[in-house]
Formats: sequence, structure tokens, C-alpha cells
Amino acid sequence: MKKLMIAALMSAASVTATPVMAETHTITAGEGAQERLQEALILAEPGDEIVLAAGRYTLTDGLSLDVDNVTVRGAGMNASVLDFTGQQGSGEGLLVTSDNVTLRDFAVENAKGDGIKSKGADGIIYHAVRVEWTNGPDAKNGAYGIYPVEASNILVQDSYVRGASDAGIYVGQSENIIVRRNRVVENVAGIEIENSNRAEVTENLATKNTGGILVFDLPGLPKVGGGQVMVENNAVIDNNTDNFAPEGNIVATVPAGTGVMVMANDAVQVRGNALINNDTAHVMLIAYSQKFDDARYRPRPSNVTVSGNLYGSGGAKPDFPGGEALVGMLGMPIPPVLTDGLHQKLAVMDPVNVLSLGLERVGQPPLQGKPEVLTPAGSGDLPRLPAVQLPAEMEARLK
Amino acid sequence: MIRPLAILGAAALALVGALGARATVLEMPPVDDGAVMEGMVRSLSDYRFFNPETAQIPNGNVIPYSLNTPLYSDGADKLRFIYLPEGKQLTADGEGLLQFPVGSAIIKTFAFGEGKDRKLIETRVLLHRADGWAALPYRWSEDQSDAKLALAGGRVPITRPDGSQISYRIPNKNQCKQCHSKDGEVIPIGPKVRNLSTSWLNKKMAQRSLASAPALERVLPVWSKRGTWPVEDVARAYLDVNCAHCHQPGGSASNSGLDLRWEQDDPHALGIGKPPVAAGRGAGGYLVSIAPGSPDSSILTHRMGSTDPGVAMPELGKSTIDEEGLAVITRWIAQMEQ
Repeated sequence: MKKLMIAALMSAASVTATPVMAETHTITAGEGAQERLQEALILAEPGDEIVLAAGRYTLTDGLSLDVDNVTVRGAGMNASVLDFTGQQGSGEGLLVTSDNVTLRDFAVENAKGDGIKSKGADGIIYHAVRVEWTNGPDAKNGAYGIYPVEASNILVQDSYVRGASDAGIYVGQSENIIVRRNRVVENVAGIEIENSNRAEVTENLATKNTGGILVFDLPGLPKVGGGQVMVENNAVIDNNTDNFAPEGNIVATVPAGTGVMVMANDAVQVRGNALINNDTAHVMLIAYSQKFDDARYRPRPSNVTVSGNLYGSGGAKPDFPGGEALVGMLGMPIPPVLTDGLHQKLAVMDPVNVLSLGLERVGQPPLQGKPEVLTPAGSGDLPRLPAVQLPAEMEARLK
Repeated sequence: MIRPLAILGAAALALVGALGARATVLEMPPVDDGAVMEGMVRSLSDYRFFNPETAQIPNGNVIPYSLNTPLYSDGADKLRFIYLPEGKQLTADGEGLLQFPVGSAIIKTFAFGEGKDRKLIETRVLLHRADGWAALPYRWSEDQSDAKLALAGGRVPITRPDGSQISYRIPNKNQCKQCHSKDGEVIPIGPKVRNLSTSWLNKKMAQRSLASAPALERVLPVWSKRGTWPVEDVARAYLDVNCAHCHQPGGSASNSGLDLRWEQDDPHALGIGKPPVAAGRGAGGYLVSIAPGSPDSSILTHRMGSTDPGVAMPELGKSTIDEEGLAVITRWIAQMEQ
């Protein structure tokens, strides 16, 4: 009898633990869309889905979501458009601050600041989202297109970002990250992984950006010590757009013509990418060269593998001071892999030349070293980084 | 059965207390504690914080207060109140935020214009509930009879005292939290002991609505008399009140690494010589948040001096430049040693 009672109690408990029936709230474009949509985002209960019917939503202020386990779903990245061209306030188009949120199948256009930012939002999925500044490259465009920061378990896939004056897809101060099958076009940085750990950037197309894919670690932030980043099977092509980032930002220092750039970080693997027609260098390794006061921080890139990549033409028009002279001196374009010489442990497994600028200390001006062409080691490939595992629930959410 | 009885008992006791203490103003029933504790009432008058509503005359146990250095909100006048349930007390926790008992509320009404011409725009309430603070915005009706819940916020055309026309933004419920959040929890910002007047604190202690408060060596300057304080104190108080709710560890802008709290002493954390992280075009071509001696090449002043969304700071609650605040920060940076 006692056992039965316990069983009954337990089943009662499990019934109450199950969320009440999830609801779908459909929003349409037109008069009052700002208030109707924002109110739906506020009143949503965990498990609910907010559907954006096809149409163009004219918005005057940033939107925000702060309820866990909510899906915002449009009718397609070209069908349901959140238009922020007339935005008058807020630092981004859409801000998410809750966990296990799914954003899918809609677009954010011409946000005055960042496109979509999620802060401290664990388990977030961005799926088939378009964030675009429709005028193309312009220093007045917002900084980041898709911008998850300070979170664990992040999935960004099948999305499209164009025109960001900093990074199209920027993941910062986070861990356990997959960025896959996205197209990033005409941004300053196509994809940037910054001060983050355990990230996979795979099967993306990064084209016509200033720099295709950046893996950075910066000092003085709440989270430093980025690393374990896999950059694999991406197409990084024609990233020669003049840098249009406002000065002062770290990406404003990225030369046009950069394919993949690693600044600081530990354990970055650049494998199996197609690197084609990037005019400065296909793969670049540099130390953080500015002053810093942060005992936790290591400014040099370490344990970097470059392996199995396909190299097209490139390196003929390097966009840094003295670059042209360097090409003249070498009598050939900048080799596919360029390092400032300050890396610690670099394994280039591909049959390509590596140019070292020959710097000897962090912070030394780039032209003070003795450039030399290194022959690739050809051995000592580092073991593959373990695959990033997202919670099974996240992949299941998209089915 | 026991719980409802106990609640009834407490309510009856509270009523008796109110009757005893304020026998003269009894036309108005006391503040509705149920509305403070649960749900989202549609009208501000449902709380019964004021009597009459339009005149903003506080009901029983609703206490007006003011701050030494206030937050700039497009030049709106602010009427600030604390509601304490009968018999409950505030307690001080050092120089920081007053500690509020569950059941209390903080009420702030935004208004433009003087005397007969005064127009109430919005009232924001922070309700201290059993599961934490809830923040709700209420928008005043055109006829000024009452304010209605405005979860999604809104925009109101305003003519400011200087004649300028602005589109004033009432924040939505989530935006309330953006500023009022630390480590994901909603908290009050304003009523810190260091930003309240000593005479107010003493009076509240005498009236037993405040248990005790430490005597502070250093309080925030009184903004209207800021000329008599060192510029550094005025500037740091301004940053603490206007910026630090987001720019601190655990705040909405924690990822910037900028910490503008009064108690922060590390120059880098305060932005001195600090390069931006995610400022984007907000950086405006400048290399550091604060360039000592050079306010004209500091990101901080650049963003304070902008109304362009995406550049302007603070991001929320302002659509005009605070010229007085900007002047103070400019002077502070200008006198720093390069």
C-alpha cells in the first residue's frame, strides 16, 4: 500500500512537472506590429511558439525576449521580415536574454545597432535567419549580425548575414559552439569566434568580406583564454572587400584579403577548407600586439594546425604597410600561410610555403623582423580536436 | 486551511494598524498588497499608491524620496516613492542598495512641465514579490485620469521645457529588466544609501521605516550643487548612476569589460586607455573609452554625445543628449594627466 501511494504521488508529481499545453501565437504585419509583437514576446509562456506570418514588419524600437523555451518562427528568411530601417531606439533589433530559445526562418533588416543579440542565453539556436544591411558595406551599418555572447551551447546554422560593419556572425565569451552551413557576405569579418572555447566552424561560405573567418582572443574581458576551435570544410573565397569597420575596433586592423586569421588562442585547427583568391593571405597567425594588463592573458597563438586545405591563387596584393615591397622582395605573392613569427607550435601539414615576418617579441612593429620563408614541417600533425557535442535536445528541437 | 486564515489575519492586523496610525485619511483604503504581490493590474490606480492619482499625493505608507545624483531621462521630472507594508522596515546594507522587505514597492513617475501644465507621462513600478522583483511600466492617459499597463512600452510626442520636440520612449517590460538586472535577477538601482540624503535617512530612522544606516564618509554629490564638489566625484557619481547598472560585472553590458561603478578603482575597468570590444560604429573612430586629457577622442563622450541608435549611450531611456552630464564628463577627462 505504501509503495502504491508513493507511485501515485510520483506520477502526480510528473504530471505537474509537465508544462501546460504549449501555445502558438500568430502575429501579422501591419498597424501596431511593434506593440503586438513585443507584447506576445513578453506574455509568452515557456514552450510557446510565436509565429511571424509572412510580411514586412515596420518597427521603430528594438524587440526583446526574456522567456525560456520559446520559439520565434517566420515563414522563411525572405518572407517574414522585421524591418528596422526606421528604428529610433535600442542597441539592437532583437535581444534575447533567456535560455533554450529557437529563432528561425525570418529576417532582420537594417537594425541601427546589432542585428540579433543573445546575451547569457544558453542553448540558443539560430536557424535559417537572415540579417542584412541592404545597402551593403557601409561604416554606418550595425556592428554584428548574429551576436550570441556569454553563453553555453550555441548553434548558428543555415543563416545569411550581409553588410555588418564588424562581424556577420560573432560568438563571444562563450563555450560549446557550432556555426555551420551559413553564408556570410560583404561583412568586415564574415565569422568571428572571440574569447570562446570549444567551437566548430564548418561548411560555411565566407565570401566578399574583408576577412573570412577570424578566431580572436582579447585581454581584459570577463572571459579570456579562448581555444579549441575547429575551422573545417569552409569555402573562404574572395575576401577582399576594403575594411569598412569604424576605427578603434579590433577588426578595423584586419587587412582586406584575409582568409582565416588566428589572433592569440590555444589549439586552433584549420582543416579541409577551400581557400581561394584572398589577396593578403589565406591563413594568418598573429599575436595580440597592443598593450595589456591582464595576468590571465596569453597574447601568442599556440598549437595551431593547418592541414588538408585546398589553396587557390591569393596573396598578390597584401593590404598591410610594406606588403607590396614584401611581394617585390620575395618575387612571388605572399605564401598561403603568414605568421608574424610569434606563434608557439604551428603544424602546417599542407605542401605550401609559410612566410614568417620574423618578429621576436610581442608588440614589436611588424616590419622590424627579418622575414623568412619557412618550409612546412610536414609532420607532427596534432590530434583532431574532439567534436563539439551540443545537448541532444537542441538538435531534436529542429526536427 | 491554515494559510488563508493566517493571511486574513495579517491583512486584518495591517488594517488595524493603518486605522490606528492614520485615522484622519481614511476615505482611501490602504495600498492593495495583493496587487503588489501577484499578477499585473491593468491600471496604476488599482494599487492605490496615490490619492488622488493625478496629484500623485502618496497614500498611507507611501514615502517620497529623492536622489543626490539622479538618472537623466530626457529632462523629465521624476516623482519617486517607496511603499512599505504596514509594520515593515527598510534596512541598510553598507553604502549600497537599501534592502526592501517582500511586499514593498518602488514607484517612479515621469513628468514634463510645471504646476498646472504638468503632464504625467509614465509611471514605472518595481514590486518586491516572493519570487523576486517584478518591473512594470504604466502609461498615463491623455486626460491624466489614470495610467494603464503598457507591457510593450510605447512612444509619446513631448514638448520639452526648452521648446524642443522629442519622441519620448516608454520602455517595455523587458527593457525595464535590461537596466534593472544583475546576474539575471531584477533589482532596484536608485535607492542606494550613498545616493540618499543624510537628513532623509535620519528622518526615516526616526519614523522607524528604516532600521539603521551607516554614517558615510563619502556620499554622491548633490547634482544641483555639483559646482561645490571636485569634478572627479561628480563625474564618477554620474557614471555610477547613469551607466553602471549595465556596465558592471553581472550587468547587461558585462561583456564590454567596462565597470563604471562608484566603487571601482581600476583605471582600465573604468575605461581609461581601454580599447572597445563590441562597440562597432559606436567607437566612432576612437581607440579607447577614455583618452586622458582628450575628451574629444574618447569613446565615452562620443557615445554620450550621440542620439543615433546603435551609437547613443545609454541605449535605453534617452533620446536626447544630456548636455550637463556630458559637460561634467568632458571636464573630468580633460583634466586627467595624459
